Amino acid sequence: MKILVPVKRVIDYNVKPRVKADGTGVDLANVKMSMNPFDEIAVEEAIRIKEAGKAEEIVAVSVGPAKAQDTLRTALAMGADRAILIETDAEIEPLAVAKILKAIVAEENPGLVILGKQAIDDDSNQTGQMLAALLGRPQGTFASKVEIDGDHVAVTREVDGGLETVKLALPAIVTTDLRLNEPRYASLPNIMKAKKKPLDVKTSADYGVDVAPRLKTLKVSEPPVRSAGVKVADVDALVAKLKELGVA
Amino acid sequence: MKTLVWVEHDNASIKDATLHTVTAAAKLGEVHLLVAGAGCRAAAEAAAKIAGVAKVHLADNAAYEHALAENVAPLIVELMGHHDAFLAPATTTGKNVAPRVAALLDVMQLSDILSVEGEKTFTRPIYAGNAIATVESSDAKLVITVRGTAFEKAAAEGGSAAIEDVAGAGDAGLSSFVGAELAKSERPELTSAKVIVSGGRALKDSETFEQVIMPLADKLGAAVGASRAAVDAGYVPNDYQVGQTGKIVAPEVYIAVGISGAIQHLAGMKDSKTIIAINKDEDAPIFQVADVGLVADLFTAVPELTGKL
Ligand SMILES: Cc1cc2nc3c(=O)[nH]c(=O)nc-3n(C[C@H](O)[C@H](O)[C@H](O)COP(=O)(O)OP(=O)(O)OC[C@H]3O[C@@H](n4cnc5c(N)ncnc54)[C@H](O)[C@@H]3O)c2cc1C
Ligand SMILES: Nc1ncnc2c1ncn2[C@@H]1O[C@H](COP(=O)(O)O)[C@@H](O)[C@H]1O
Repeated sequence: MKILVPVKRVIDYNVKPRVKADGTGVDLANVKMSMNPFDEIAVEEAIRIKEAGKAEEIVAVSVGPAKAQDTLRTALAMGADRAILIETDAEIEPLAVAKILKAIVAEENPGLVILGKQAIDDDSNQTGQMLAALLGRPQGTFASKVEIDGDHVAVTREVDGGLETVKLALPAIVTTDLRLNEPRYASLPNIMKAKKKPLDVKTSADYGVDVAPRLKTLKVSEPPVRSAGVKVADVDALVAKLKELGVA
Repeated sequence: MKTLVWVEHDNASIKDATLHTVTAAAKLGEVHLLVAGAGCRAAAEAAAKIAGVAKVHLADNAAYEHALAENVAPLIVELMGHHDAFLAPATTTGKNVAPRVAALLDVMQLSDILSVEGEKTFTRPIYAGNAIATVESSDAKLVITVRGTAFEKAAAEGGSAAIEDVAGAGDAGLSSFVGAELAKSERPELTSAKVIVSGGRALKDSETFEQVIMPLADKLGAAVGASRAAVDAGYVPNDYQVGQTGKIVAPEVYIAVGISGAIQHLAGMKDSKTIIAINKDEDAPIFQVADVGLVADLFTAVPELTGKL
């Protein structure tokens, strides 16, 4: 079985995003960029499945600028075998990413596609579900456990009320949640080796996919700011505050 | 515009998330509801009483019992033949189902909307709520998930909508439900609680979390939440996580105990009316958003607080 892992290059999760003064978006100039954290979890899961002998090849794919090659090299250094970059400088919405991924799935025929549940920049939480819909395949979203068993996969999902397990016919789409695993760091020798692994560069036109955006961003603004309040001296003062608020 | 709202229910009663979503839908046009489930007529009857609802579509079929996206998405797509917008609450069910519907309709979804600015214009948070985007859709139909804390609840009583049965195609044969481990708690639900006490990594382990946080929550009749670090370390189950990628809450009072205030945590609670923080580090970022801060060791301060309430 082959596993396809879509990875997105996003602002590093430790950076506090700043809205541009002209209201057109978030300032990404000279900002540290990294692999979307949920995608690191996806790559790690694919590697573990391969290590368990249940997959032979892991293909990482990214849709984004030339710089997204760095993100793909990270996936390769972690343990992916091969990478594909669909290069574009435009902002590509989840629906268009899903359509590109569908075309790649048609070429690669993976038994499993593992995506992150959410990209921490657009916070859409859509691409995996959309890909599953376009392929007419089942989806196991927000996974905290993935167990392949013959021609099925059991996915335990983090849901609002706790955990839920579903059984999906392969090929299937899985999206990762935080508790699925702890991603490994790439070792220096593996980072060196990753430089020699194959990385194909293509465009959305190669797949005949229309990526024109459907949503127009009219404005990006700062959220209402909260200002710091008061510090109280001791627990008695806190009790008084709670009484004032009517909760104690 | 005719809207179709996904009803979140337990086959008998309606979850609050539905009521917030109805309010958002009513800003767009006529509100129709979809109650999909198994043996869920009672839920449909409750749904029909929600104020402002024009019609309830009831799909009662074993295949819809667990809201498997593979089974319910085609049902919704069929109903979207005569609706202009589909709205689901941004719960784990809504987030699972809505994008599948959107892709089948060839529509780009609007996730987690905060406001309705016009027929096709909405605001939504991006970058963990550090920016708010105003976006306009160019699609013929709309697919939307709704952030509950951003919209008031519609009145649960006062309506008398007609209930119409819909069949749907049933089981798509792609997936099946195996089981669930759902938390049972006497405490209020996180997303609708008036008061929340949340614990972070500082709570050490599950016993300590239980001993320190729960008595305070009990005294205040509060729901209990946690940071990702506390969940990852196994102090509490995943459904306690508040944040960018957990639950979004906006109670009257949010008490953060031993939580540093990472942007991912703030994303889930900074719309709370009053934020109280207890942290031994006076420079912890949580104090930048807290209305009331107490710099103290939680292991002495929290038991003392609980004792004095
Ligand atoms: C993709 C991604 C998604 C994420 N999603 C979320 C999310 O949804 N929700 C979330 O919460 N986080 C999320 N995080 C994690 C987030 O970045 C932080 O790591 C996390 O919130 C930290 O949790 P914490 O505040 O409990 O722990 P820490 O940051 O370790 O803070 C512990 C705090 O306790 C204080 N403390 C220690 N001992 C005591 C004591 N005795 N008395 C009083 N105070 C004490 C310390 O001063 C410190 O401020 C996410 C991260 C990533 C990468
Ligand atoms: N441009 C992209 N390139 C590769 N993968 C992507 C891209 N956008 C989204 N994804 C995948 O889809 C997941 C969910 O993203 P989103 O739907 O944007 O929240 C991410 O975690 C990635 O696995």
